[in-house]
Amino acid sequence: MAFHVNREGDVTVLDVDGQLIVGNRQELKKAVLNELEKGERKFLVDFTNTGYIDSSGLGVLVSLSKKIREQDGELRLASLNEDLRTLFELTKLDTLFRIADSREEALEGF
Amino acid sequence: MERELVFELPNDLGCIEEAVEFVVGRCSTCQEVARKLRLNFRVSLVEALSNAMIYGNGRDPHKRVRLEVTMKMGRVVARVTDQGRGFDPECVPDPTTPRNLTREGGRGLFLMRQLMDEVRFNEQGNSVTLTLHLSDGEALRGKASA
Repeated sequence: MAFHVNREGDVTVLDVDGQLIVGNRQELKKAVLNELEKGERKFLVDFTNTGYIDSSGLGVLVSLSKKIREQDGELRLASLNEDLRTLFELTKLDTLFRIADSREEALEGF
Repeated sequence: MERELVFELPNDLGCIEEAVEFVVGRCSTCQEVARKLRLNFRVSLVEALSNAMIYGNGRDPHKRVRLEVTMKMGRVVARVTDQGRGFDPECVPDPTTPRNLTREGGRGLFLMRQLMDEVRFNEQGNSVTLTLHLSDGEALRGKASA
């Protein structure tokens, strides 16, 4: 897994390439927490180039969302493929996150 | 035709992705089963291996995890065995209840049960056998694919 951190206005956008699983989830967590510590409050994770996520990857997103909300921020998700959508729906995490079909849609009104 | 793959993996979370991709690559036989292998089997195998390394073997780098995969006509069976003392799978709470939904962990076994046709533990609780039927043309398990 590799990820890229970009800025879209005042939103920190993270593109996840490859798999977000137990062996690499801490990298994403560190990157987001680092930006949160620097004062960023709006986060978007873009899954356009993500293959699959396991329960550890889902757990990291839950944990990050909680920490960001505690700092009055928000974490949004975008561009989940069919497999990722299935995992979010099975675990009911689709009710916990604001999930947009595209990056543009997620950034609207952020 | 029956094929069998057997691995002894080090207790290293970093090796899970490569091992799973290798196994899934060997199982890919036709397009109809591609999604079941890509999503159901792949995610479940990652869950079983990471549970074995983290909870079963307690992250002990000196311990090993045994992975046995059998491909028979119409189904794939994976058995993951760790060197730990085992656990009671019935004691794992439902991660989709409002109380548990915001917890970071606890979704691994739930996902395995949702995605595979059968999830069976041995009596000791240190070995799990996952079975996925590939040839019946059924849609993916779980409400999302109904």
